[in-house]
Amino acid sequence: MFKIQIYLVSIIITMFSIVVDAKEPSELINEIVNEASTILSSSDPVESKIIKLNNIAEINVDIEGIGMYTLGSYRKTLSDKQMLKYQKLFKSYFLKSFSSRLVDYSDPKINVISEKKINNKYTIVNTKLEATSKNPELNIDWRIYTKNPERPVIRDLIVEGLSLARTQKEEFKSILQNNDGDINYLFKSLEEFIIK
Amino acid sequence: MKKILVLLLIILISQFKSLNVYAGSDGSLEIKNKKQSTEQIPEVKDCFETVNRGVFAFNKGLDKIFFKPIAKGYRYLPKPIRSGTSNALNNLSNVVTIPNNILQGQFKYAVINTLRFSINSTLGIIGIFDVASYYGLDKLEKEDYGQTLGKWGVKEGCYFVLPVLGPTTVRDSIGKLVNISGGDAWYNVTIANDTRYFENSDYYYSRLTAGVDFRAKNLEAFNSLEKNSLDLYASVRSLYLQDRKRKILNLDEKTETMIDDDWEEIDSQ
Repeated sequence: MFKIQIYLVSIIITMFSIVVDAKEPSELINEIVNEASTILSSSDPVESKIIKLNNIAEINVDIEGIGMYTLGSYRKTLSDKQMLKYQKLFKSYFLKSFSSRLVDYSDPKINVISEKKINNKYTIVNTKLEATSKNPELNIDWRIYTKNPERPVIRDLIVEGLSLARTQKEEFKSILQNNDGDINYLFKSLEEFIIK
Repeated sequence: MKKILVLLLIILISQFKSLNVYAGSDGSLEIKNKKQSTEQIPEVKDCFETVNRGVFAFNKGLDKIFFKPIAKGYRYLPKPIRSGTSNALNNLSNVVTIPNNILQGQFKYAVINTLRFSINSTLGIIGIFDVASYYGLDKLEKEDYGQTLGKWGVKEGCYFVLPVLGPTTVRDSIGKLVNISGGDAWYNVTIANDTRYFENSDYYYSRLTAGVDFRAKNLEAFNSLEKNSLDLYASVRSLYLQDRKRKILNLDEKTETMIDDDWEEIDSQ
């Protein structure tokens, strides 16, 4: 009887810790936005800002999943070796592209407006990037993958209704289609982007 | 001008022929390699990609030496002047939006836009001030004849790039032809009919200013896109087609455009 009680208590403790650890998608975005804003408004050198921004992305963005999605149907044609190379290149490409887009902003003000649970796997968090003297206000929706509620991750950014993941996917598809589906051309384009 | 119209018509007729071919295939957008992929993203029908890429490169050059510097200069104007210009151009676009609201069955929006246009054109001094918003008549999405055709079920047809004007599709080009065939009241009073009040140049200036205003608002976004694209042409094509789809569907739930079976497949692996 005592063993059963201990077993039950341990289950309850485990469940409680899951509930405590589980992060709401809008909470995740709030944290990321605040963290990024602190980094971008700091007086740190650009290189240091990039490293910190990349750390945020590595923890909170499903880079591997986006990489697979971006490759579209071509992912089924790759050998294991090619797939490993692709994932490595895609990660470097993604992080460079991510930090390069953000580092131009000195102090972006993004406010979480609402969130909508699409299904058990996805929640959309709606945010607004405040207008500046140069740029108009922007609606940015974050597509959060919530299959593991303890660790929600970002899978896409939808700026004014335009999906960045889809745009990237069509870009990769175009490169492959124009080169007879030869993955080496995509590798070459990614390598050129990473070193430029 | 007539020669350009004839040329455009010839291109469009040839596009219709290709449209028939596609229409006969499955009645909807083509999806290549169904066995290979279950993705729902429709295949882009970029029928003249080589030519399009050439025109795109030309437009990019034109942008670099003409539109971008002007847009940068425009940015130096005081904000009230830029806002006033933007408001006036938005107000003018109502003469195309209102008939399209009606054609799409958006009667409530047609009334709101008519009220907005009347108030802003008078109290707002030719639309420079958005007085209507002050009275609770908030700005609505613009509509055009291309969107109306899309709403009526006309497929987009081939994607192509026009010199200076940029990306378009067969459907959107037909929409633009409707504008210059009596569907745009501003075109009618400036160019189509000889009125005492407006010159032809008023129309061209307004179009040029709208282009510069748009470019100025998107200077950083364009720079970022250019800097981070592996294939800028494909990125612009994707963004244009996504944007048109969203506008035709009048999506409030912007994320609905994200439905894509490829994610499902990745999740199940």
